[in-house]
Amino acid sequence: MATATVATGGRGLRRVRTRWLVAGVIVAWIVLWAVLRNRFTLALEPAQLTTVHGWLNDLRSTVDASRATSPVFAYFFDAIRAAIDAFVSLLQDLLARPAYGRPVPVIGWLGVVAIATWLAYALAGVRMAILAAVGFTFLGLQGLWEDSMYTLSLTIAAVVLALLIGIPLGVLAGLRKGIERVVTPVLDFMQTMPTFVYLAPLTLFFLIGPAAATIATLIYALPPVIRITAHGIRTVSPAALEATTSLGATRWQKLLKVQLPLAGQTIVVGVNQTMMAALSMATIAALIAAPGLGQTVINALQALDVGTAFNAGLAIVVIAIVLDRVTTAASRRTERVRRADASHLRRRRVILGVGAAAVIWAIWQSRTYLWSARFPSEVDVGPVRFSLDLGTGIVNVTTAVVTWIQENLAGVTTAVKDAVTYALLNPLQALLGGSPWFVTALAILAIAFALAGIRAVIVAAGCLALILVTGLWGDSMVTLAASLVATVIVMLFGVVVGVAMGRSARLDQVVRPVLDALQTMPAFVYLVPFLGLFGATRFTAIVAAVAYAAPVSIKLVADGIRGVPASVMEAAKSAGSTTWQTITKVQLPMTRRALTLAANQGLIYVLSMVVVGGLVGAGALGYDVVAGFSQLELYGKGLAAGIAIVLLGIMLDRITQRAAARASARPGGV
Amino acid sequence: MTRIVALLAAVALAATGCIGTKVSEVTPPNAADCQLNLAINDWVGYYADAAVVSYIAEHELGCIVTQKNLKEEVAWQGFATGEVDAILENWGHDDLKQRYIKEQKVAVEAGWTGNIGQIGWYVPPWMVKKYPDILDYRNLNKYAKLFRTSESGQKGQLLDGDPAFVTNDAALVQNLELDYKVVYAGSEAALIQGFRQAERGKKPMLGYFYEPHWFFSDMKLAHVKLPPYETGCDADPQKVDCDYPELKLDKIVSAEFAEDDNAAYQLIKKFRWTNDDQNEVARSIAVDGLSNEEAAKKWVEAHPDAWRTWLPPRS
Repeated sequence: MATATVATGGRGLRRVRTRWLVAGVIVAWIVLWAVLRNRFTLALEPAQLTTVHGWLNDLRSTVDASRATSPVFAYFFDAIRAAIDAFVSLLQDLLARPAYGRPVPVIGWLGVVAIATWLAYALAGVRMAILAAVGFTFLGLQGLWEDSMYTLSLTIAAVVLALLIGIPLGVLAGLRKGIERVVTPVLDFMQTMPTFVYLAPLTLFFLIGPAAATIATLIYALPPVIRITAHGIRTVSPAALEATTSLGATRWQKLLKVQLPLAGQTIVVGVNQTMMAALSMATIAALIAAPGLGQTVINALQALDVGTAFNAGLAIVVIAIVLDRVTTAASRRTERVRRADASHLRRRRVILGVGAAAVIWAIWQSRTYLWSARFPSEVDVGPVRFSLDLGTGIVNVTTAVVTWIQENLAGVTTAVKDAVTYALLNPLQALLGGSPWFVTALAILAIAFALAGIRAVIVAAGCLALILVTGLWGDSMVTLAASLVATVIVMLFGVVVGVAMGRSARLDQVVRPVLDALQTMPAFVYLVPFLGLFGATRFTAIVAAVAYAAPVSIKLVADGIRGVPASVMEAAKSAGSTTWQTITKVQLPMTRRALTLAANQGLIYVLSMVVVGGLVGAGALGYDVVAGFSQLELYGKGLAAGIAIVLLGIMLDRITQRAAARASARPGGV
Repeated sequence: MTRIVALLAAVALAATGCIGTKVSEVTPPNAADCQLNLAINDWVGYYADAAVVSYIAEHELGCIVTQKNLKEEVAWQGFATGEVDAILENWGHDDLKQRYIKEQKVAVEAGWTGNIGQIGWYVPPWMVKKYPDILDYRNLNKYAKLFRTSESGQKGQLLDGDPAFVTNDAALVQNLELDYKVVYAGSEAALIQGFRQAERGKKPMLGYFYEPHWFFSDMKLAHVKLPPYETGCDADPQKVDCDYPELKLDKIVSAEFAEDDNAAYQLIKKFRWTNDDQNEVARSIAVDGLSNEEAAKKWVEAHPDAWRTWLPPRS
């Protein structure tokens, strides 16, 4: 008892010390800023280039020039491109575009809906079959069948390749500690890198088109399946393994008969995550000539046409919901099917057989009759003609709602924008970017030390040094300021909504699907209305980043709150605590680890939106990347900006992770 | 709900009766004959070019046209793979011509579109009435504080469009020692919205814009004069200190596409029209809300003489 008290006292003391240290650093920083401001800031004009940017430009020219002659291109990059191109083209011929001398794809909409329904039934049961049928039909009613099938083709191609590469790699990483140690940092890097950043280098090697788009999607979608497969293999119960070893099984037999089947359920979770990631990337791939819903969304953004963008975004959400729910249900089901009794299995087999016949009939129909090949926009039932067009309605309603909001709330939104900009963003940006670079660097390192300890400081110092090398210190600090403000807002939402959801299961049920939809809706979609409300400003970018990042943080906080043991809550209640007291004195402190994790994930998600913000007036690194992607002489600078974003990400990730680890090292700790 | 029921009913009817047109009764597009992969850049003038060329290629020549929304420079990268066959409205881009036409030889020029392009800085009409001398760049610093926004801080704001557009603005601000900061609105539509709001609310705005553009028939934007253009003054993108040159907007096609010499290539090579033509189509798209195809159809039907000459001679 006595030791415990002493230990708690010691920890409490340390936390107080941390606070004073951080406060001291900030005060010193402000004083130095006041004295030295706007000197040694290393700010670079938008048109200015450094030597490093020049080198990167030259590097690109060299690679570009060697494309026609170098064997590396002829036998490696071009070969990969041709193979992937063939694969994607095949899928597009099957699902999306006129092929083989016919005016329609190989399988028409009726066939695709039938296949999706049958697969959903086979993998996940009756309810999921209905969901798949309704969901896919809805895509047609939106008037987006063809676009959706292009997007689906790209997603399937990327997911299949990701699984082919990811599952074996995941198994290896699960079996061998050494391989895992090599793979993990690479995956970390892949996941912190914003998707936009590698589009430019990727097109350098694979040019634009479906192959490059598939590879971009693949890179983004690969990490989850590797990680989760490895985790699944590693957590197979040692008892089961020992039993087979004593039976004299070879290593292969062990893997195939025990480890893989037992890890099966976990691996399906990985497949699910990979699918979701691939789908969200398929939109951005439109920037390098991937056909599909992404094209519609980006086109609508250019014309500020919210309705059309929303309709296409909704189609992506619908595909995501179907894929997500079916695979999630499938992973839960593997267990149940194995335990089902014989009569149940027989009935299932009969339904599957009849279903297969129906699928074949539907495919035949969709190859023979036009109405089942192209999604009809209207249909005659007897003498009455019904419109099958829901899309126009969705577009019009969305446009009307957004126009009303823009016309009537402009005063409020401008006030909010100005308040955040002048009270929070500008001072922070002035402090970070207006101080001499060495002052800012020292201050960041000191704060990192106070919050996260010496190991985080070493990583942060390395990152800051490399940011100096990129020549984009000034822009990096502007981006850092906006990202920090966005993260603060994300955490506000995370705590308020997360706590409410954690305390009320009913609220959770209502809010969670909305959060899921926000996460799968391509960022470009909500950029358009925000642009109308807040103009081309850094604040618009911040709002878009918050919309993208808040759901993750909210979910993490909600799960954390729900994880507080019921006994502790009972104790608090019987001690006569008010609701406010239970939240602030029991629930929040008990979930400190979830909170820091939410901040960490919030930051990473915010950073991955930085580039998109560059499209709507946020400037700085995001603009550098976008401009580099689209203007020859700025290529090198854009690449450097991409690297700078990754460096900021690694630095912030390490600091918050170490801080989180520290927080969890002191459990509870009221 | 009624729609879903209707659809189900139709499916059921079809299942029993096998109604409707057969796929085999529809003539498939002849893919081997004439295919065109068209890059679409992000401004309405370009949409107008693309809409009309696509419409004629599809309806008069029976080609399959695939349109791809791509940023300007990205579209050039597509020439090498056949991902892009043609760019219909190229604004200068001498650096890209050097790289892709002269060095890599994957693209060739296909002639003038008939349009003259002029990029520049503009202010809404009300500002000229109130501040007549604002149209000279030397007076811009005097008015810088009018243009302050939450984004430009103590400087004035110069609003640009898509970061991919041809622009020297950042360098110009620096080299002409103007007290301004360039902020990117992200798109042509955002620029237009900005000018509209500025004129309606009598708010100051200085922005990047260009001719030919239908918007000039809605609002007489006033052109701010920069130091006159001389050949070579924009050679180094970091040292530009002169106004934008008048550009003969031209067409670029992939070398392979030109060599194939199909009907679509012939059409693109001969395609030439006036600024008024383009503005008419662009207006239908941007203001009247017609789809690109409807707008093209309307123009094609109204001006048969203008485009008949673009078709190959009938044999």
